[in-house]
Amino acid sequence: MRVLSIAKRLIKQLIGDKRSIALMFVAPVFVMYLLSTILTSATITPNLNVISAPDAYVNKLQSYANVTKVDSEEIALKNLKDKSIDAYIVFTGNKPKITLEGADPSITSLVMNTMNKISLNSALQKPEINFLHGSIDMGAFDSMAPILMGFFIFFFVFLIAGIAFLRERISGTLERILATPLKRWEIVLGYFLGFGMFVSFQTIILQVFSIYVLNVPMAGSFGAVLVINLVLAGGSLALGTLLSAFARNEFQLFQFIPIVIVPQMMFSGIFDLRNAPAWARILSKIFPMTYGAEALRDIMLRGKSLIDVKYDLMMLIGYALLFLILNTLALKKYRKA
Amino acid sequence: MSNENVVEIEHYKQQFGKSVVLENINLSVKKGEILGLLGPSGSGKTTLIKAIVGMNEATEGSVFVLQTKMPSLSAVPKIGYMAQSDALYEDLNAYDNILFFASLYGMKGKVAKKRADEVLELVLLKSDGKKLIKNFSGGMKRRLSLAIALVHKPEILILDEPTVGIDPVLRNEFWKEFERLRKEGVTIIITTHVMDEAEHCDRLALIRNGGIIAIGTPQELKENSGESTVEGAFLYYGKETEVNSI
Repeated sequence: MRVLSIAKRLIKQLIGDKRSIALMFVAPVFVMYLLSTILTSATITPNLNVISAPDAYVNKLQSYANVTKVDSEEIALKNLKDKSIDAYIVFTGNKPKITLEGADPSITSLVMNTMNKISLNSALQKPEINFLHGSIDMGAFDSMAPILMGFFIFFFVFLIAGIAFLRERISGTLERILATPLKRWEIVLGYFLGFGMFVSFQTIILQVFSIYVLNVPMAGSFGAVLVINLVLAGGSLALGTLLSAFARNEFQLFQFIPIVIVPQMMFSGIFDLRNAPAWARILSKIFPMTYGAEALRDIMLRGKSLIDVKYDLMMLIGYALLFLILNTLALKKYRKA
Repeated sequence: MSNENVVEIEHYKQQFGKSVVLENINLSVKKGEILGLLGPSGSGKTTLIKAIVGMNEATEGSVFVLQTKMPSLSAVPKIGYMAQSDALYEDLNAYDNILFFASLYGMKGKVAKKRADEVLELVLLKSDGKKLIKNFSGGMKRRLSLAIALVHKPEILILDEPTVGIDPVLRNEFWKEFERLRKEGVTIIITTHVMDEAEHCDRLALIRNGGIIAIGTPQELKENSGESTVEGAFLYYGKETEVNSI
């Protein structure tokens, strides 16, 4: 079986290349860890200065923010300028006046939320809050984690597979093996299998790390997530090898990253596209990553099963097959038969 | 077409985009002969070779290898090909390189291993079998490429500048091997621009300006041109075509 010969050779080559293995296994885990650290450690309580406020008000505020009393607005303004506080509140008569730093919208909304909580509490009734999925503790990282996990698998697989296939092209070995009875689809499938093995390991490692070490929410089953991740990786593997057909060197391959990879990240659901122009929403439907992200979110956050996400799954499999077929056709450049 | 001819090329034309590389090529190669393709670099030798191997498709005309119209996968297993550049896997050892190519021809297990040993011995690389290719010298890589071309015992051996960049001692070894193969009935097509190698060939085809300007045994070419060396003959025919084209 020539497909297996190709796969076996790739595995042998990769095992000899410790650095690439390290990149494949360590880099996604490392990046995922960094992101989780940054996104979960975001300030939850704002730092405020108050000037001439009633004690009752200050007491209430203290349960939501770090509050320091200062004597004059000048001092508060100075604190605000050197960013040691996020806002200050001055009472003129009975009305509070708030001044915010304002350059960072996330801090602005944090302060505004705090102010809302105070006014809500003073209102008639405190509403009871229920969540269909997730919880009030769910942070930015938790909700993005499924997409990020899928994206990093997609990205790193694309890189490694693209470069490996490119190397085969540049070194002349691709042309050479096409002078043997090897069929074009056998090369494509051999690459798919050989790399598929490493990609599966990589996927399992990243998934275990995300779920058990970073504790991202996991409402669905481990197996269902793995299936989606593997299909996503398969699509990326096929895309990477396909695009390397249109690159003459590594530099040209990297030029595909801002065109093909980065938009997938942006349109995959990390940002809400409901209010985006129609063309942007249509564009998002073209990217395989969109379907992967949607399926991963449905399973991990909303506890859905593979059957519930079958539409996304089918799209992903369809993309992987499409890229594999296109790649087989692209190899015609090297041998006509 | 005679059954004796293993390669039969008729009115072959190769065009890439707008540039015509070769035109109206007629050539037949008999079983068990060594045919040398001689010509300046860029004259289309490699293009012609790729058409025989089945990597290029003729724009016009036809290329038959063992009675099969190329490009076709069915004749490929009977062809051994050594490319101009060493297409080897640098991060594998010599032995694994050979075994990989052997497996592409459907050889496996003990048969493949035995054959790998044989061809490694043939090119005097037996003791370097476990060395990674990235630690090989240029000459060792050429030898390994030849070993790979021979691994599946092809009937036709197509060698694209096999002796470029190797020392005279090794070149001599190569030629001894080619002559031994010819005795076994293997047909060899070889490109070169080393003139003293050309003397070893049974027949020579001189390629220039997109066509074959002369073909014959080295002796015939020398006699017809009145020159004493192949190099002289090559220059003579080159001038003649230029005059004709004016």
